[in-house]
Parts: sequence; C-alpha cells; structure tokens
Amino acid sequence: MAILPLKEAVTTILVAAVLIYTLPLMISTYTLSILLIYAMLGLSLGLIWGFGGILCFGQAAFFGLGAYSYAIAAINIGESTLPMVIAVLVPALFAAVMGVFMFYGRLADVYLGVITLVVTLILFKFINSTAGPSYVIGKARLGGYNGIPGFQTLNVPGQPDSYIWGDPFYYVCAVALVIVFLFVTALLRSSFGRIAVGIRENEQRMSLMGYDVRARKTVLFAIGAGIAGLAGALFANWAEIVTPGLYSLGQSAEIIIWCIVGGLGTRVGPMLGAAGLAYLKFMLGQQSMIDNTLITGLILVLFVLFLPKGIVPAVADLWKLSVRRRPRRKRPNRRIRAERVDG
Amino acid sequence: MDYVAVISVEVVYAVASLVLISAGLAIVFGMMKVINLAHGEFMMMGGYATITAVNYGVNIFVAMLVVAPIVVGLIGLVVERLVIRHLYGRLVDTMLATWGLSLLFIGLATMIFGNTTTGISTPIPGFTVGGYQINGYNFFIILVSIVLLVSMYAVLKGTRLGLVARGAMQNPEMAAALGYSPDKIYMATFFAGSALSGLAGAVLAPLVGLVPTSGGAYIAKAFITVIAGGPSLIAGLMSSAGLFGLVNQLFTFTVSPVMGEVALLIAAVILLRLLPQGVTARFFKGKM
Repeated sequence: MAILPLKEAVTTILVAAVLIYTLPLMISTYTLSILLIYAMLGLSLGLIWGFGGILCFGQAAFFGLGAYSYAIAAINIGESTLPMVIAVLVPALFAAVMGVFMFYGRLADVYLGVITLVVTLILFKFINSTAGPSYVIGKARLGGYNGIPGFQTLNVPGQPDSYIWGDPFYYVCAVALVIVFLFVTALLRSSFGRIAVGIRENEQRMSLMGYDVRARKTVLFAIGAGIAGLAGALFANWAEIVTPGLYSLGQSAEIIIWCIVGGLGTRVGPMLGAAGLAYLKFMLGQQSMIDNTLITGLILVLFVLFLPKGIVPAVADLWKLSVRRRPRRKRPNRRIRAERVDG
Repeated sequence: MDYVAVISVEVVYAVASLVLISAGLAIVFGMMKVINLAHGEFMMMGGYATITAVNYGVNIFVAMLVVAPIVVGLIGLVVERLVIRHLYGRLVDTMLATWGLSLLFIGLATMIFGNTTTGISTPIPGFTVGGYQINGYNFFIILVSIVLLVSMYAVLKGTRLGLVARGAMQNPEMAAALGYSPDKIYMATFFAGSALSGLAGAVLAPLVGLVPTSGGAYIAKAFITVIAGGPSLIAGLMSSAGLFGLVNQLFTFTVSPVMGEVALLIAAVILLRLLPQGVTARFFKGKM
C-alpha cells in the first residue's frame, strides 16, 4: 500500500505486538477482549466524528445491528465466517441508506444528531417489542427484551466445531483491532481521507472545489458503521448473548464520552478513551459507595469544561511545547486539530 | 360515538402531554440555543420532589404546582452558574455537558432514592363514557398544558420582562448597551426553563412509576418535538406536538402502542428531512 508508509506500519505493528503480549500479564484476557472491542467501537466514532465532522448520536445502533446480524446469521448458518462478514455489511448498508437520507437532505449538526438518535430509539423500541413467536428471521427468534442467546460463537473458518474462545479470542480481537487501525490510518492518508477532513473544516469550500460532499460523507459514515458492526459482532461472541440494551441511548452516550475524553481528531485518542473508561467502569463496578453513572457523568462534564480537546491532543500539545526550541522541524505539523468540529 | 369521544380525548391528551414535556426544553433551546439533554432528569427530579413533598404531608397540588418547579428551578440555577454559563454559543459542547449532567443526576437519584420504583396515586378519579373508562387526570394535564401555553405567550409577548428577554436573546450586545445584563437574563431564562421541566415531571409523576432513569423516556420525545418545531417558540411547540400527538395516537389505536411510538419517531425523521430547520422555519414565520 503506497499510501501507508512502511515505516509507520511497521512501528504500529511492533508497538501493538509488544502491547498484545504484555497486557495479559496485568489484566485478564477476558476483560482485555472487551476493552479491545470497545476500543474498536471508539475508533469507529472517532473516524466519522473526529475526522469527518459527523456527530452521530447513534453509533450504538450500528454496534447493536452488527451484534444482532451476527447472532441471527450464526443461528441460521451454523458457522461463524460468513456471519462475521454479514455483521460488517448490514450496518454499513444501513448507514449508507441513512447517509443518503440525511446528507442528500443537507442535514447538519444538531439535526443530524436528532435523526441518528431517533433511529437508534426506533431500533431499540422495535427490537424490545419482538418477544412474540411471530418475529422470526429464518431459524432465529428475535426474543424481544430477552435478546438472542445460544448462537454459534466464533470458530476456525470452515470448522464449526473448533471454537475460538478464551486466550485465542483475545488474540483475534487484538489482531482485528490492529488491522482496523491500519485500515483507518491508510484511509486517512489517502486522498479520500484528506478530503473528508477538508469537508469537516469547510464543507462549502470543498463542494465548490468540485468534490461531491454528500457522497463522500455517506461513504465515510458507512465505513464507520461497518467498523462498529465488526465490533458488535466481536461483542456478540464475547458476551454470547445479544440484547436490545446494545441499542440503548446509554451505550451511544458512552461512545461519545470515550471520544471526547480520549481526544477528537486523533486515531489513538478514542481507542484509549474507550479502553481506559471501560476499565475504570469495570473497577468502579466492584465498589458500591459511589454510583457508577454519577462518575461517568462527572467525567464528561469536567472534560467538556476543562479539557474539551481530550487527553491525547493535550498531551501532544505539551510535548510540542517542550520540543519547540529545537532548531528545525523535519516537516510542517500535520496533526489535525479538533476545535472546529462544533462549527 | 362513545368510542370517538374516547379517541378524541386521547389524542388531545397525547398532544397536551407532548406540549408539557417539551415546554421547558423549548424555552431553553428556542431562546438560548442551548440543548439541555438533562431535561429528562430535571423532570425526573420534579417527580421525586413531588413525591417527597407529598410524603411529608404537603397537599399534592401544592407539591406538583409549587414545590416541584421551585426545587428544580433552583437546581437549574446552580447548573447554569456552574456549567452552562461557560458554554454559551457552543451548541455541541452544551449538548455533551448536559448529557454528562443527566448521567450525574441519574447517579445521584439512584444513591438517594435507590433503584426502585416509587409513585403516588392520581388525585382525580376516573369516570366512564358509555362502555369506556377515561382517566380523569388526563383532563388535568390538558388543562395544565393550555394554561402553560397561554401564560408563556402572555409573559413573552405582553410583559416588559418578556420583551427584554426576547431582545437579549436576539442581540445580547444591544441589550447590554441598553443597560440590561444578558448574563442575568440568561440565568433567569434557564431558571424558568428548568422550573417548567420540574412542573412537567411533577404533573406526570402520578401517571408513571418513577425510577431514577425515568428521564430517558421523555428526553427523546421532547428533543424531537422542539427541534421539529423550529425557531418559533410557541407556534413551533404547538404545531409539532399536534402533529406528533396525532400520529402517535392514530397508530396506537389502529396498530399497537409500540407502533404508535415508532410511528411518532418515523414521522419526526421524515419531517426533519423535508423541513430541516423545523416546521416554523417555513410556516407561521415570525410568529411567537
């Protein structure tokens, strides 16, 4: 891939490899798997919000859709390879349809937020009401509030009896995350990614330069949804049950909080935010003195007030300050700022 | 005939409750361009304030119409001073901060009241029309909504206070030059909006089992109604609440309550696609 410099790819893979082998020494692989899945989910919103400027209040919808698509397909097919592909394609297609609906109507900021939020709610309410036996897709009952348990979990492609779980599942999640990360990096380095950032900064200018803003936003939105769907499918494998709670507003809120805390306009930020906050929540869940939701809320308020750019950009700024006195820089600073997102 | 009467009462009631749950948000969004996603939690706190006051022996109507708005209004005041004040003009940031506040309030309510359902009984008995039972309390909610709309209109259009407030929202610098402090006006407006949210939560409290997460049931509907209403405060509120209430009840009666909710949401999506700036950006332009 010419657009992905070899040096950067190698560095990413080396750092990732070190992390993948050292992290299990500190945290159990079961917990780590879910942290990685959340990191991927965070990255999906980080891509479309941080770089595309599309504030989606319903990223959980794609996550849930991925998980449900996987569960339903896995029950019907009885093997996990094709369902994983379906779990990426269904949310991506759904997002593409939504994108055509929204972006070709030139909806922006708040109105976009309302529509994505409403669609999430529709899915949540609909799935919640599908308890009856009449709601069946193939062999899979949708199960309403109780969700869908007992589907075929991840197996070695072509061998439905050799399941991947425990430590191997952790490695699958880790490799998937690295691949998605490299994909996002390459995407952002490509002209498509650069134009997407341009659209975020000044939509009108980009459209006057002859780019089809609507189509590009739709495609980016669909890519983000596909990544969220993949995370959803992995989540379904991790939890071994899918419930309507995946579509809840609370879930959407959390994804947004991860991005804010980690830092918009960076690739690492949302991932760190997701894994860090999910781990914090896990730790907090083990005590009962202070309510968990309260702390999540407090973190969001404090970050919006005092560190609206998020941790990663703030640290990067500090770093830049400390190295500013060097005589020359190799190349102009290419890091992309997050301030203009609220436009 | 009886059936028609029952359905029309239900439709008016659905519209009225939409007006009620959206009014507080409409003031805060319509005038200050601040989207308060903690609106549902303000309502939840209004409900808890009512129930607590009733348990201490306060008359239920006093608790609903006086205690709850004041309590929630004061909470809103604190929130405005501590958080919202720093974020005026940053639409997305206020949304995120108030979303955080909403989680914070849910957590607080869980710690104080516990994660259990509480409730009070409706103070007005039901009655029958032909073979159907109508909840008498529905009429109270309809009445409250009408009084609310009329008084909102009267205050904004008829009083000097309303004029000053509208002026400051349109052009804060000009208002400041004329000797009014926009800071104080924003503060008062947010207080009024919060108080209305508290009132709505209090009035609806007897109808629902209250849990700390009750607010979530309202926020989406309120949000949709206000955004779809558009820039005009009262005309927007009435038109979108009327439309959504009608669609909701139509599908509730013909299909099922769940489809009623879903139809409301789908109507909202379609409406926003056709009129992205809200109903009153095209119709009833320039009205209050």
